[in-house]
Amino acid sequence: MAQDTHLEKELKEHEVSGTFVYDGIPGEERIKKQKYGELDRFISLYSKEPGQMIRILQKAQDIFGYLPEEVQAYIAEKTETPVSEVNGVVTFYSLFATEPRGKHTLNLCMGTACYIKGAQELMDTLKEHLKIDSGETTADHLFTIKSTRCIGACGLAPILVVNGDVHGNASPGDIIKIIKKYRKGEEVESKKH
Amino acid sequence: MKVKNIDDLREIKEIFYPLVKQRLGHRNGLGLTQVMVCSGTACSSAESQDLRIALERELDRRGLNDSVRVFKTGCFGFCQHGPIVMVHPGEIFYCKVKPEDVKELVETHLMGGRVVERLLYQDHGQAVSNIEDINFFKAQKRIVLRNCGVINPEEIGEYIARDGYFALADIILNKKPAEIIDLISKSGLRGRGGAGFPAGRKWELTAAQDVSPKYVLCNADEGDPGAFMDRSILEGDPHSVLEAMIVAGYCIGAGQGYVYVRAEYPIAVERLEIAINQAREYGLLGKNLFGSSFDFDIGLRFGAGAFVCGEETALIHSVMGQRGEPRPRPPYPAQEGLWGKPTLINNVETYANIPVILREGWEWYSGYGTASSKGSKVFSLAGKINNTGLIEVPMGTTLRTIVFDIGGGITGGKKFKAVQTGGPSGGCIPDKYLDLPIDYETLKEIGSMMGSGGMIVMDEDNCMVDIARFYLEFTQDESCGRCTPCRVGTKRLLEILKRITEGRGEIEDLELLEELAYDIRDASLCGLGQTAPNPVISTLRYFKDEYLAHIKEKNCPAGVCKELLHYTIDEAKCAACGLCVKACAAGAITGEKGKIYRIDPDKCIKCAACVLKCPKNAISKGARREAIKLENTGIHTGPGGQEERAAL
Repeated sequence: MAQDTHLEKELKEHEVSGTFVYDGIPGEERIKKQKYGELDRFISLYSKEPGQMIRILQKAQDIFGYLPEEVQAYIAEKTETPVSEVNGVVTFYSLFATEPRGKHTLNLCMGTACYIKGAQELMDTLKEHLKIDSGETTADHLFTIKSTRCIGACGLAPILVVNGDVHGNASPGDIIKIIKKYRKGEEVESKKH
Repeated sequence: MKVKNIDDLREIKEIFYPLVKQRLGHRNGLGLTQVMVCSGTACSSAESQDLRIALERELDRRGLNDSVRVFKTGCFGFCQHGPIVMVHPGEIFYCKVKPEDVKELVETHLMGGRVVERLLYQDHGQAVSNIEDINFFKAQKRIVLRNCGVINPEEIGEYIARDGYFALADIILNKKPAEIIDLISKSGLRGRGGAGFPAGRKWELTAAQDVSPKYVLCNADEGDPGAFMDRSILEGDPHSVLEAMIVAGYCIGAGQGYVYVRAEYPIAVERLEIAINQAREYGLLGKNLFGSSFDFDIGLRFGAGAFVCGEETALIHSVMGQRGEPRPRPPYPAQEGLWGKPTLINNVETYANIPVILREGWEWYSGYGTASSKGSKVFSLAGKINNTGLIEVPMGTTLRTIVFDIGGGITGGKKFKAVQTGGPSGGCIPDKYLDLPIDYETLKEIGSMMGSGGMIVMDEDNCMVDIARFYLEFTQDESCGRCTPCRVGTKRLLEILKRITEGRGEIEDLELLEELAYDIRDASLCGLGQTAPNPVISTLRYFKDEYLAHIKEKNCPAGVCKELLHYTIDEAKCAACGLCVKACAAGAITGEKGKIYRIDPDKCIKCAACVLKCPKNAISKGARREAIKLENTGIHTGPGGQEERAAL
């Protein structure tokens, strides 16, 4: 993910300075090529071992943010696996997304401990506040709501995880504050550019 | 260095033992203060890593690096009061230490030699400095978790200092596989993944197969919501699992092992990777272990979020990188598992028991527990309980000891209603069984199961119909769709439960629920489907009155089911300010300034917007109550019946 933003920044710099074309390849194309290059290296590292499809897909999702059909087909070709099998694996596991996700993923723990301590109320608040359903992304591509299975920090229930940061003992009011904080950070960042 | 024999291990032990010895309470004149910072997931979520870095920085700034060292360690179990910091010598146990407390901790304790009273655990206003005086730890027996909180999980030398890998060396150099399998059988160890199949029997079956290669698998796909035992073991003591897997490989004749771990457990994955690499460096994994002809290596495979992958045949498919769907058994994995070869699958906790059994002997181990269930069991205690955390008790401990002595009772002084064990496959246990000694058999008898060890405590504010619905939603969502009883059956079960919680249930639904639940149980292909109806069956058995209240009276006694809730304004508290009227989008609140306000239950959409606005906290949600007519004002409170509403 960090690499993504790095690349995007690089791209933006090129735009400003007017040197949008680099090495004869347009910037967007170049980034795409880099991403596939990274994936290639990973595939060649792991495809020798049997049964590493899930790990390859995880890496691909890290690189691209999600797994569009194009990437799935690419992996299928490289690993000499039928594309139907790759797609079968992608759609089976809840970790894989076939749609792009928002910049910030709001993972709300829906494990039992969180549920009996009011996670449902938090989910309702999130949905109501962002006007999207669980699993959807806001129109500005900032937030995606996801319900996740127990992350095992039940002592802090109920829990909201945003980009890997854990917010424990959350109340509906806290959650709105957290969203506001991330949205504010966004505005500051966009002003910089 | 490569370890070749027991003397090499002893050499490593000598280097690290002084550190470990001091942590075990010995004053061995080490001239070093050790600060152990819990680095499990729960404490890390509460910023224990920031704390550790701040502590190191502060020590560095004051030039205390030579006399004080900070270590990461595994879970102490007292997660409710994290982050936990323990200082040796003295075994001073600090709770809820924040990065901003670092300065005081360093100045007062590490430099001044005085205990920071403020950060000690407070037991009814009394500060407790010693871990043994805390009720939470008194009734526990830490066998599997013996190294959690004692050693640094990222240093193999400390595991060796705790006599780790000695048993392995002895076995490879001096013992026959059959002897070891016999010893495991005698210990009475049963699979800790849930079903409780005798571990020794499983090893024997796999060893008896005359096919090669064979594989050893470790199931670390802990999918039960509210369960974190396996994760804590992997985070706190990963080498105990690796050692047991190597022993298993030696006993059954396998050369390759895999740990199948949830990708959602980043800390556990990292520690496992470190542990595997260190074991390889020391020659404890790889070719010709201890100079013998035995080769063994361990790889990691990641789960990608599918509950059904905890089932062994589904897990095998997932390890091979395919869809994690189960298949009918037999053939059992012991006969045909990974890539069609004999495979031994055990759960993390089962493996973690093995090094202790080998070291202390089966006689010692079988001294704990009940007639049919030996040893101890790790539980993750969560829910409406004062001390959420990770505990380990001998088999046969009563629920009362766990909930009230170790767990410290119910939060907020509420009334205990039930304990849910076994996750979505288990059931709810009511208060009448609080004194039952728990083991595999007793739990099964009362309609629940041991499961992997999740234990969720519920109080009077939890609706049991809603809990059954919650679990069914989980299993229905996680059903892989392979067999019809589970795929369609759980969906229908969920529909009925939803109908009941929304106030549209009929009395016939109860019969239908029961019939369908037994059909799913009997006809499903794998463990997920066979146990999915358990939450329904057990709540129907013990909490039928709640189902009846939902169906007959359209009332949720616990006040959880949204459609059956009613918001009312407490006349005594209402200041008649009118804020609630403005907040109400449905126009359900009537009244005027200076007079008491009322909520019309027919119009109310139960959004709770008025509750947030009310400055006097006069609006409460609750079960339907009969209308009360206040004599002095002539005002009705409560939703009441149709005729009462007419008076609004």
